[in-house]
Amino acid sequence: MTERLTDIGPPHYEQFLPPVIKANYGRWDHHEILAPGVMVHVAESGDKLYTVRAASPRLVSVPKLRQFCDLADKYCDGYFRFTSRNNVEFLTAKEENVAPLKKDLEALGHPVGGTGNAISNIVHTQGWVHCHSAATDASGVVKAVMDDLVEEFTNMRLPGKLRIALACCLNMCGAVHCSDISILGIHRHPPKIDRERMSKICEIPNLIAACPTAAIRPTMIDGKQGVEVLEERCMYCANCYTVCPAMPLADAGGDGVSIWVGGKVSNARTQPSFSKLAIPYLPNNPPRWPEVVSAVRNLVEVWAANARPYERMGEWIDRIGWPRFFELTGIEFKKEHIDDFSHAGLTFKRSTHLRF
Amino acid sequence: MAQERKKASGKLKELLKGPWPSFVKEIEAAAQKSPMSGDLLGLLDRSYEDRVGHWKHGGIVGVRGYGGGVIGRYSDLPEEFPNVSQFHTLRVNQPAGWFYTSEKMRRICDIWEKHGSGLTNMHGSTGDMILLGTATDELEPLFSELTQEGFDLGGSGSDLRTPSCCVGPARCEWAMFDTLRVTYDLTMHYQDELHRPYFPYKFKIKVAGCPNDCVASIARADMSIIGIWRDDIRIDQEKVRWYAKDEGLDIEGTVVRRCPTGCIEWDGKELKIDNRNCSRCMHCINVMHLALRPGKDRGATILIGAKAPIVAGAILSSVLVPFMKMDPPYNDDDPNYNDLIELIDAIWEFWGEEGKNRERVGEFIQRVGLGNFLDAIGLEPRPEMVAHPRENPYVFYSKEEKE
Repeated sequence: MTERLTDIGPPHYEQFLPPVIKANYGRWDHHEILAPGVMVHVAESGDKLYTVRAASPRLVSVPKLRQFCDLADKYCDGYFRFTSRNNVEFLTAKEENVAPLKKDLEALGHPVGGTGNAISNIVHTQGWVHCHSAATDASGVVKAVMDDLVEEFTNMRLPGKLRIALACCLNMCGAVHCSDISILGIHRHPPKIDRERMSKICEIPNLIAACPTAAIRPTMIDGKQGVEVLEERCMYCANCYTVCPAMPLADAGGDGVSIWVGGKVSNARTQPSFSKLAIPYLPNNPPRWPEVVSAVRNLVEVWAANARPYERMGEWIDRIGWPRFFELTGIEFKKEHIDDFSHAGLTFKRSTHLRF
Repeated sequence: MAQERKKASGKLKELLKGPWPSFVKEIEAAAQKSPMSGDLLGLLDRSYEDRVGHWKHGGIVGVRGYGGGVIGRYSDLPEEFPNVSQFHTLRVNQPAGWFYTSEKMRRICDIWEKHGSGLTNMHGSTGDMILLGTATDELEPLFSELTQEGFDLGGSGSDLRTPSCCVGPARCEWAMFDTLRVTYDLTMHYQDELHRPYFPYKFKIKVAGCPNDCVASIARADMSIIGIWRDDIRIDQEKVRWYAKDEGLDIEGTVVRRCPTGCIEWDGKELKIDNRNCSRCMHCINVMHLALRPGKDRGATILIGAKAPIVAGAILSSVLVPFMKMDPPYNDDDPNYNDLIELIDAIWEFWGEEGKNRERVGEFIQRVGLGNFLDAIGLEPRPEMVAHPRENPYVFYSKEEKE
């Protein structure tokens, strides 16, 4: 019987670093992007490290991981890593391994790219594969959008970086709220109250306190404590559902997808900023979500045709103004675009700086 | 009688096609050995038909002695898809920087195939390696085999979430400090806080080596540690001229006019930077990285409070400590490193005491006021902390200040 280990923490990263990294750790001089998805990092010592970056669906099976291991053994002495945007990267000091590695990855169905002025992988959440609060699927929408835009992953012909992210509900796991294009699952119906379960599994005061708009009120039904929802106050945030499973919001007809634009996390040039609403609602239309795919393509194309070099989506919109953005993209500006929550007033235009 | 599924059916089959790697193919691959992954194909196809998810909310499961690291998940169609009636997730604390060897990854694969669905996320949004789908009875044996291989669980619920970082000095010339080491050291130092939830709500730490912030720290972490330098950008004038002449770079248009503080001048021969006015945005370095490099007096800016919208709206992190040295050696005797630990401890003490249930530290600061928060954790107010001083004239004065 082995001893039960706890609180040992993660394995130390050093054991996973290739020898060329260990020898040059913290002493890298510069890097170059040799081709989409292929980089060389040159150390002060003159040593070179080649990286080949390939797309992954994030949801990866054990057989696929073993194939990655085989490639790492064949070309990289067993070393590989993943990126913050769910790409897989193979690391080697041998330049001659780059071309065959790239070929093998592509043969396995993993496009090589995602570097420089391109669309990198779409950061996304679990969706219908695993999440209880999803208002849309995640992996399926990402697959449909990237099937359509894969050439912007394997080329570097865009004006600047384009970061797309998807969250399957307003909880927004991942940096969805700060992306050039955010695809966001939304509910549009108030919670359906399961009175039978509520009295067993929910703390009513907690539930009432959880509502940011005070739309949930206590009530007595058949002598049992329960709640009612003021529908006109509900903004479908699902915070109540998070604290009380008897308040589900998912609804086949009401749920769908919204599209947000112009956010970024990098400090380059302009400050990090939130994405803003572009399209309030598109229907859930599996398996290929054609409305979402064409909306994203339109945004990418209009931005690519009009932005200056290094101008991210939000910087471009700042330069031309929102009215022109709606005009160029052909998106209709509606009441839903005007904020009416906590900081709404900060988003009103309070100058005559108008472009006609 | 449950049927055996090894192939996608219905609408889901459509997503086997196309140039982008298919997650449906991945589930099919796992389903060859795992009936759980087989039933996932069936359940997911039902969602594609119904346009709603089929996972129930709730169900607390875990390993003995831990309060986090396992997300309980149950299907709402257990009769039709019995193999996914339980489909729990394990968050496994990733190695800093997401580096692996094939040898170790194969061991994880063997363990996971034996005890779970054979499906993973590489990686989850917070940074953990996600093992997707197992049953309650498998949790203890799985945990035991993982720890024997040197892996431990990450955070979930109201605890310290698994810290994560960019690739840092392992491969990037812009790493202003050792992001992997800081992440590893903080993770080891706070094992108890990571595994046993007793905070008001979650607390995330993300460590980025430079202001490009490749881990989206400023958008997603309650504490964002972002590399920065204080001295002058190093210029190789030969290389600047090379960019202009040989690369045909429009330095005036692409670099000088895009500088947010207008601190760069270019006369066609020499590039001048007014470093006193440089806001360290990285743009000129990103564009001309062979000619321009960050300075050598390096450390990190510590920011606080980012979060996604739930509950009262999204917040970006704001500056708490404009500059903190992060030089090695990182150990408990190092005064700089102790500063960071002391700072985190002070924040947790105040927020832990006064924070409301499910109130992230960013929302907490908005409620109590940044000034009061600084008083409580023992930091002096600095102009770097605000975009501008207050516009609102209703100021709370304490008794001491009036006397």
